[in-house]
Amino acid sequence: MNASWSRFNIASIVLGFAFLYLPIVLLVIFSFNESKLVTVWTGFSTKWYVSLFNNTSLMDAAWVTARVGVLSATFATILGTMAALALTRYTRFRGRVLFSGMVFAPLVMPEVITGLSLLLLFVAIGFDRGFMTVTLAHITFSMCFVAVVVQSRLMTFDRSLEEAAMDLGATPVKTFFQITLPVIMPAIVSGWMLAFTLSLDDLVIASFTSGPGATTLPMKIYSQVRLGVTPEINAVCTLLIGVVAMGVIIASLVNKRREVQRVRDEQAAQRG
Amino acid sequence: MSTATLTSSNAPAPADVKPTLLNALTSRLVIIVPYVWLVLFFLVPFLIVFKISLSQTAIAMPPYAPTFTLGDGIAAFFSNLRQLSFENYLWLTEDALYFNAYVSSVVIAGISTFLALLIGFPIAYGMARAPLTIRPLLLMLVILPFWTSFLIRVYAWIGILKPEGLLNQFLIWTGLIDQPLIILNTHSAIFIGIVYSYLPFMVLPLYSTLEKMDFSLIEAAQDLGCTPTRAFWKITFPLALPGVVAGCLLVFIPATGEFVIPDLLGGSQTLMIGKTLWNEFFSNRDWPVSSAVAVILLLLLVVPIMIFQQAQAKAQEQGR
Amino acid sequence: MKSLGSIRRSFAPWTDPSAKPYIVFENVTKKFGDFTAVNNLSLTIYEKEFFALLGASGCGKSTLLRMLAGFDEPTSGRILLDGQDMRGIPPYRRPVNMMFQSYALFPHMTVEQNIAFGLKQEGMPKAEIDRRVADMLKLVKLEQFAKRKPHQLSGGQRQRVALARSVAKRPKVLLLDEPLGALDKKLREETQFELMDLQQNLGLTFVVVTHDQEEAMTMADRIAILDKGEVMQVATPAEVYEAPASRFVAGFVGNVNMFEGKVAARDDHTARITGASGAEIVVENAGDAVAGDTVAFAIRPEKIKVTSRRPEEAVNAMEGEVFDLAYLGDMTVYYVKLSDGQMVKASALNSARITEDALSWNDRAWISFKPDAGVVLTR
Repeated sequence: MNASWSRFNIASIVLGFAFLYLPIVLLVIFSFNESKLVTVWTGFSTKWYVSLFNNTSLMDAAWVTARVGVLSATFATILGTMAALALTRYTRFRGRVLFSGMVFAPLVMPEVITGLSLLLLFVAIGFDRGFMTVTLAHITFSMCFVAVVVQSRLMTFDRSLEEAAMDLGATPVKTFFQITLPVIMPAIVSGWMLAFTLSLDDLVIASFTSGPGATTLPMKIYSQVRLGVTPEINAVCTLLIGVVAMGVIIASLVNKRREVQRVRDEQAAQRG
Repeated sequence: MSTATLTSSNAPAPADVKPTLLNALTSRLVIIVPYVWLVLFFLVPFLIVFKISLSQTAIAMPPYAPTFTLGDGIAAFFSNLRQLSFENYLWLTEDALYFNAYVSSVVIAGISTFLALLIGFPIAYGMARAPLTIRPLLLMLVILPFWTSFLIRVYAWIGILKPEGLLNQFLIWTGLIDQPLIILNTHSAIFIGIVYSYLPFMVLPLYSTLEKMDFSLIEAAQDLGCTPTRAFWKITFPLALPGVVAGCLLVFIPATGEFVIPDLLGGSQTLMIGKTLWNEFFSNRDWPVSSAVAVILLLLLVVPIMIFQQAQAKAQEQGR
Repeated sequence: MKSLGSIRRSFAPWTDPSAKPYIVFENVTKKFGDFTAVNNLSLTIYEKEFFALLGASGCGKSTLLRMLAGFDEPTSGRILLDGQDMRGIPPYRRPVNMMFQSYALFPHMTVEQNIAFGLKQEGMPKAEIDRRVADMLKLVKLEQFAKRKPHQLSGGQRQRVALARSVAKRPKVLLLDEPLGALDKKLREETQFELMDLQQNLGLTFVVVTHDQEEAMTMADRIAILDKGEVMQVATPAEVYEAPASRFVAGFVGNVNMFEGKVAARDDHTARITGASGAEIVVENAGDAVAGDTVAFAIRPEKIKVTSRRPEEAVNAMEGEVFDLAYLGDMTVYYVKLSDGQMVKASALNSARITEDALSWNDRAWISFKPDAGVVLTR
């Protein structure tokens, strides 16, 4: 139908996506390389994955990362949802400008500054660095991303749903838990996923705020990358990419199916 | 700090109903809790950074003096206050290293932003004109890399750009060159890294403005005698400007303070401020100087961050 | 005394001085910042009445409804429901329910769950809820759609779910905000009668907000016409149409021709009005106008006769020229330009297939009407 989708448009998309995906594809391919050299293909092998699972320090780091991710994503989702509610529901309160500034600024703040400032805070209050401090830091910066995601959903939220619930006798608290929360749940879930991935991927802030015994996977990868490129790192990276990609793809497939179902239902409703 | 007092809200909110004490508390909790959190873990840390940037290096833990503790009392607090100085900032101006690092950060981030716009615009434009059915898929393909680790994506380029890496192997194989190109550990590698990592940030805002654009405007312009090139500059580009601004800021701001990319792809020769800060902190253990570096980096980014915030607030206003 | 046409003469508590008002707005004012949405408004509504608030958007009608439901509190004044002052009572404790313009159906709940929502809040036993929901589904003829979600319904079905949900709790008063606004024309006409039946059968008090005068005229026992936060007139549909209280009401409801003039003479029965150009009109419905008043004579197009010659028996007749005419099948609309330049709209039912007195563009023509065909407006 779209005749104006010219050859130039198609070419720029194809080249653009090649640029975005080729490096990742190559990285995945060479994680199955037989040779210790990452750039010369000698044959297919999964031995780097085997050695990976025998690398206990790497496995420990993965476990730390997973725990930090789940914990920080959960708290960030709660706080971020609250912040989004505050921003959309209360158009005027004292200090709102500062508040919205603090919510939006971390989105673009260089990580080195966020990391450094949090570290200095923990030192100043005498908080031992470790698992807790990394988690607190991750909650702080990812809650702002959650807030933005949830806020954009809340802005299209039909307030008359809440009024209808109250009109039918539900108290404000009941209304929130029975109506508002279920309706914005998809946004909250994707906020959680975003927060989890941000925590999973973060190197800089974790490096500043972490302490002994709380080395995260990105920190571990970084220290090994500095020593050189190895297929083992390729294998870790491949697994990480696999986990995240799987999550995102499943989520979007579920969404897509729901969407298709909804469209079909609506068409059926129009007919019948 | 938690003075989140509700005055009146414009929208006829349920809070208009005479609040009982409990209602008032629960409705304000939503403001108070994240507010206190952000003040505690976002605002206060900055004040601490600022304070330490005025302190002196000390061989101790923490490695700076004076330290403030609550137990010392007011008198000690003020005598400590007198010990603060702008010495670290003077040091930053005296040592050309820092100045050069700032300048080169801004230049590298600026060039990368421009390149990202150059590459991102045709992609976003192509996506906006793609058939409706495949647009969600294209959108997902742009977002997907954003979900994969930054570190991994940067790491992937090392294997490609190395002298004996895949790119050189390929170019030698095609016969275009016979000597490997030196790309890794140069500025070019940083440009590639930044453009690659931040491309989704450029494409997404561009796409969302271009998608809303009515393409019959271009047909109308051409019908009225505009050449396609003129129509682009007179119609498409001005209409896409909000997206261009948002995309450029989203790339420029984090790129200026970037650490991972210059560290892994730029080699030891590259000066960028994020890397300098990291080195001051981790290698030299000079906390006051790295704090001063952070303060100046922040000042450098205050203007673009404020523009970004205002654009956000505007979008928010329009959304309601 | 001659009476104005009306259908339900038997139900008219507003004419009975001993009848107790059910809903009372007492000098209610509502301000949003500098904007005054409702201005010192007083209004009474009686039990089992079908009451319509009619006005253009921004006239304050929705604000009135929202104050009654409890979403907004009056800035000053009182609202009484069955004698009780409603101030400070939150929406979830008021014995009124509202049907929203957007329907506000909970998207994550089925039709059944939507209808049961209000009953659950009351803590009603489950068996009782099930029974009541089944009743409601039957009432709105949606039995086979009980398990569907709102997005699986058509617009008309959604409207009926919203209705069932809002009457499920048997509220004392049902508030309807543009209840038919989102439906197409055909469905709207059918639904109007369904709503009227429902109100009769359940014996509820309905307060409906609408901007559609036809809708208000069809359904309501009485209509309040609002403008800029003030009541212009409260009356039955027939009174509003045939005896508008002011120029605004006459112009707002239906089509009208207005002749501005002065009362030249006045006796018990008639008034003589002289127009600016010297034409005279004899009127029987002069109300409280006295000689010397500046008034408007308002007359509906269908009450004006257009003929090619001056009718001999006519008391009021004016000469002009056919400026424009539109043949609409069931009737013909004439625009006659009088000698003083005023344009008059007249409509004639085409009760015969062929008329002998056919008029065409630019023909000389006479308009005529009886002394009781219009009203004199002093406001």
